[in-house]
Amino acid sequence: MIEVIPEPMGDIETVKAKDSAERNNNRIPERGSAVKIQVRDFSFFYGDHQALRNINLEIKRNQLFTIMGPSGSGKTTFLRAINRLGDLIPNTRHKGSIRIDGVDVYDSGIDITELRRNAGMVFALPVPLPMSIFDNVAYGLRMQGTRNRKKLEEIVEKALQDAILWDEVKDRLSDNASRLSGGQLQRLSIARVLALEPEIILLDEPTSGLDPISTFKIEELLWKLIDRYTVIMVTHNPLQAARIDSDTAFFLTGEVVETGSAYDIFTRPKDKRTEDYVSGKFG
Amino acid sequence: MTDRRITLLFAGITSLTLLTLVFIIGYVMINGLPGLTLEFLIESPREMGRAGGVLPAIVGTVLLTAIALIIAAPVGILTAVYLTEYTRDSWLPRIVRFGTESLAGIPSIIFGLFGFLFFVIYLDLGWSILSGALTLSVMILPTIVRTSEEAIRAVPDAYREVSFALGSTRWQTVTTVVLPSAKPGIATGIMLAMGRAIGETAAVIFTAGSSLRLPRSLLDPTRTLPVHFYILAREGISLENAYRTASVLILLILAINIAAYTIMDRLAKKEG
Repeated sequence: MIEVIPEPMGDIETVKAKDSAERNNNRIPERGSAVKIQVRDFSFFYGDHQALRNINLEIKRNQLFTIMGPSGSGKTTFLRAINRLGDLIPNTRHKGSIRIDGVDVYDSGIDITELRRNAGMVFALPVPLPMSIFDNVAYGLRMQGTRNRKKLEEIVEKALQDAILWDEVKDRLSDNASRLSGGQLQRLSIARVLALEPEIILLDEPTSGLDPISTFKIEELLWKLIDRYTVIMVTHNPLQAARIDSDTAFFLTGEVVETGSAYDIFTRPKDKRTEDYVSGKFG
Repeated sequence: MTDRRITLLFAGITSLTLLTLVFIIGYVMINGLPGLTLEFLIESPREMGRAGGVLPAIVGTVLLTAIALIIAAPVGILTAVYLTEYTRDSWLPRIVRFGTESLAGIPSIIFGLFGFLFFVIYLDLGWSILSGALTLSVMILPTIVRTSEEAIRAVPDAYREVSFALGSTRWQTVTTVVLPSAKPGIATGIMLAMGRAIGETAAVIFTAGSSLRLPRSLLDPTRTLPVHFYILAREGISLENAYRTASVLILLILAINIAAYTIMDRLAKKEG
């Protein structure tokens, strides 16, 4: 279990230092070695419009992977292709493959609800379902068929603690979730996903509507999550990608322009377009 | 014109609308309320309605409307769910929408004629509460489908996306997120449909008959309040009792509306 840091403020470097100390504990020996998600020549179309062009990526297990790029670069489309949420839009099609642990998510034998539970998604705009805080977090489990109240309570508490929200809401779990602030709502969205114990967490610009302090709390949370999850985060903000400093892919007009560590991308960009983006010439 | 003048103009037009409403209801009430006694509500009519009360008509009105809603509401809501959640962006909802809009514009007497030919004669249900209720349900179905569809469409897609992303099926999304959010709009549509059914006259004379006796089963004929005062007034039996009957109908509609909104309010508060 991830411990709750009582004092959420502190600079990112210390958080990361602490985190890498944990990494050296060998708690998860396969971290960073095995490939969790493998994307091969993946293209995605909305009708005649091609939103993604021959994407090739490898994302390792228990890795934090950042996808950055300007609006319209296909980042969100890519994220929604992984859990097949893009299917909900009529007249869409794809080419190529996205494999999670070697299994193509577009395979006809895939149980889509199972896939979506396993690759949980957090949206740019934190939307509370029209129900209580507790019911929001328990939602996915209930849809899966879990009815046992005691078990639900246990999992909800743990998910809220892992999302660093428990202390703020433990006394008002039956309040309507819409009463939470934006930053709390986004952590609620994360708790909602954690409750399902997924292997992968997909975050679509999770901090775009948040103030700096809430943003910091979420970013800090990301580094804790990779103890147990493979985390992919999309951002349009190069500063955020630099701050998070994980392996990064730069998307532009539906293509992957460059991949590498954020450090390399920001200090030694190989492509002129990457250089323009990270130096703030567009975006 | 200044904003002030436009405000005054609009206020004037609005009060005209309000005045018309108040005048009509007031006129009926002034003529109907004075003679309205408890006996009038709980007795059966005598001498064709010249004396006695309107209990059978109250029972007939409530039964007819309630059964019509019990049939039409689920069918209408499920149709709306199908059109909005299962067949989006295909030709089917467009055709059904065109059909329901056309149906909503058809005069009720056409529904009466259809009900008479189909339920009363072809299905041999006779002049009965059942024939009348079935006819009314067909008549109000378009209203319920249309308003439910609007209400369901107004539910933000973000709710659906969150629900799907948490691994729920489409049906689970509909029952746990979409319908609860659309509930107020759907309820308003049902209230509108009820208003249309409870005041219906033409379609009811054709299908439920105009019997003055208290109905003993759903296959018995009955007379609703609007039919009763239509006959009382048209055949010159008793204009006084016609006004009284009309007041009873207005009070009944008022009572149902207040009850419905109170219940909805309670439910909304409970969910906080």
